[in-house]
Amino acid sequence: MQEYQLEEYPGLNLYIALNKIREEQDSSLQFDFVCRAGICGSCAMVINGRPGLACKTLVSTLPKTITLNPLPVFKLVGDLSVDTGTWFREMAQRAGSWIHTDKEFDPEAVEERMSNEQALEIYELERCIECGCCVASCGTANMREDFMGAAGLNRIARFMIDPRDQRDGSDYFEVVGSDDGAFGCMGLMACDDICPKDLPLQSQLARVRRAMAKAAFAPKKKVAF
Amino acid sequence: MVETIITDVLVVGAGLAGERAAIEASSYGHDVIMLSLVPPRRSHSAAAQGGMQASFGNSAMGLGDNPDIHFADTVKGSDWGADQDRVRLFCDLAPVAARQMAHWGIPWNRVVAGKKKLPKDGSWIEDSKENEGLITARDFGGVAKWRCCYTSDGTGHTLLYTMDNVTVKLGIKMHDRIEAISLIHDNGTCYGVVARNLRNGEIRVYLARSTIIATGGAGRLYGMMSTNAVISEGMGQAICLDTGIVPLGNMEAVQFHPTGLAHVSILMTEGARGDGGYLLDKDMHRFMPEYEPKKAELASRDVVSRRMVEHMRKGLGIQESGDHFLWLDVRHLGKEHLETNLRDVTELARDFVGVDPVTELVPVRPTQHYTMGGIRTNIDGAADGLKGLYACGEAACWDMHGFNRLGGNSVAETVVAGMIVGRKVAEHLEGYEVSYPTHVIRDAVAKQEDRINRLVKCSDGKENCYEVSAVMSEILEKRVHIFRQGPDLEKAVSELQEVYARSLKIGLKSNGVGVDPELAQALKIPGLVRMALCVAYGALMRTESRGSHYREDYPSRDDKNWLKRTLAFWPQKADLPELKYGEIVITESQPGDRGYGESARKE
Repeated sequence: MQEYQLEEYPGLNLYIALNKIREEQDSSLQFDFVCRAGICGSCAMVINGRPGLACKTLVSTLPKTITLNPLPVFKLVGDLSVDTGTWFREMAQRAGSWIHTDKEFDPEAVEERMSNEQALEIYELERCIECGCCVASCGTANMREDFMGAAGLNRIARFMIDPRDQRDGSDYFEVVGSDDGAFGCMGLMACDDICPKDLPLQSQLARVRRAMAKAAFAPKKKVAF
Repeated sequence: MVETIITDVLVVGAGLAGERAAIEASSYGHDVIMLSLVPPRRSHSAAAQGGMQASFGNSAMGLGDNPDIHFADTVKGSDWGADQDRVRLFCDLAPVAARQMAHWGIPWNRVVAGKKKLPKDGSWIEDSKENEGLITARDFGGVAKWRCCYTSDGTGHTLLYTMDNVTVKLGIKMHDRIEAISLIHDNGTCYGVVARNLRNGEIRVYLARSTIIATGGAGRLYGMMSTNAVISEGMGQAICLDTGIVPLGNMEAVQFHPTGLAHVSILMTEGARGDGGYLLDKDMHRFMPEYEPKKAELASRDVVSRRMVEHMRKGLGIQESGDHFLWLDVRHLGKEHLETNLRDVTELARDFVGVDPVTELVPVRPTQHYTMGGIRTNIDGAADGLKGLYACGEAACWDMHGFNRLGGNSVAETVVAGMIVGRKVAEHLEGYEVSYPTHVIRDAVAKQEDRINRLVKCSDGKENCYEVSAVMSEILEKRVHIFRQGPDLEKAVSELQEVYARSLKIGLKSNGVGVDPELAQALKIPGLVRMALCVAYGALMRTESRGSHYREDYPSRDDKNWLKRTLAFWPQKADLPELKYGEIVITESQPGDRGYGESARKE
């Protein structure tokens, strides 16, 4: 553990603080920031024992001694930098994180209609920024390397509710119908509590589990939600 | 020999433009590798908020829209600085590109039938039953029709996630945490890049028959006073400029967004004004209608930013906590609207300045936002000067934006230009073979290894890379901003030349071993200062006002002498760019009155 001292001033957040440390005290210090606006998900780290986004954490909200650790579960790159990119790309491959359809795009055709309500529902789940806070705070993910985590289950839910995706219950069952998927969760729900974007992760777990239960009994039919 | 990776198409940068180009080239069966500084979904495209312009005309206020009106708005917005053949191609294809994104999964907001009261002026509009469920649009600056398609105010995020999903589906190889630090080229042909692996500091070579630069904008030349992500430094442009033969076009054309959040320079989308938000001064007076009777808050960004600064110069801004700003008022849009359609903006204001837009005023000021200039290309995206080198998106000066980009036209450009350039690259590769000259590759690697050794050993001096880049940014922020003047610009150029000399004497405090973020930064600085000089020197020489480039000593647009594009070259060993000028393609619309801004004021 390395220690640094820094003078606090109003408005100081961990993004500015860490950059000041790098520029003035330890030029080799590694951490990741990109948007510095809570949008890109790069700067998640464990802040006094709780995963969160460093860029939107004000120093004034923390005690005088601040302990920062890299997120667990993900492979360490160095200091506070972890490899979330590889983890999430593998998750996207496993989850089949794209619209599965046999329809070809027709550049001449008018777009398929969708209700605005449905669009907003998809958007709600599409808001995940892949910061990794839910995975880092997950009891199962810390013990089971292959667990998809709340972010993975949320991704599955996002495609389940999308009418453009033609996968049915049995297709999803193959992806998440195991202890590495929907049944691995121990129900601690730190993910739901900690998500910086306030995604409804608990209800998405329930949605995916309901769908898996239906699929288990009627594996050939399209599951309705 | 260092690790060498060979592919058909190398795409440097994995934001929207790079990914779209990669998908297109891959769909023709070419082997594609993408390089990215960060995991692709962290790219700055994700931060685009407001939307994508595409002339569907589905919403009540968009009825009758078509690519011709989009064309006219874009060319006016550019102050006739855009290449009109590109604008035409872009406007015709934008609706197709937006529909394709829908096919790939983006949850565009849709038309809801019924009557709605506009918060702006209390007037009523009615969306038809006939169009219900089609892609809807919101109002944006400088447009005749509501044309900005959106997903709440997270449009860039959903576009990027949707696009990246397609690259996963196609199995396109993604090498993240890799930084291209120089182009490999010889005798007019580009062969790929020398890159540094940001996981372990090792140097690698990527060889490709075609290389596409899609590294985004260079907003961070303005340091912290930019809405851009910290990775938007412009390294793609810098390594092209460094060749001495690839020019950067119109680097003096820098966009300042009217509503950067004060104190932290985070973007507050134009959608906030598009949806009916106002700007207020310290006396709670809505001042924009007096300056711009027709468009008010929704004139083009260059115009609104100028009027805001003008108003603040009259002493009517708010000065607080070391910043100078005006108020953005969106309270009348209501909690529900703010928490659904302007959700990010609402959260950003709450999280970063502790202001709740539902009940409070949001402090905003014009802030560097977009780089209209970039790697000069032809209509196919092929860069001037090197065969096999392409560019698209904000990194390029393809040039559909001229001297001012309209809001919503940047994400639209990324997906449209990405599609076109990816296709042109694929076509170019049919029957095109290259032999990789080993001595050229070896020399290119040796040159970078030598730079690294000299930085580590402090062979050229002990200048601190962070200090040098901070001074560069201060000069641009102070002297090459919204309002520009000859004497200031002269000073900026000479001061930046001093900074450039210092940048060549950088030495590391750290040991250069492994990842070493200081080394990564030090390697970039001379290239970034060269670009800063292109901005300042281009602005000094352009003795007219056009779009975002406003000279107080030359306040009029001068079509007789300046209807042309600046092309900045960096000759070997120079300490100033060499400026040449190129033609602007005019096909349909002769330079005229924009209908807002300074030209409208004179009437």
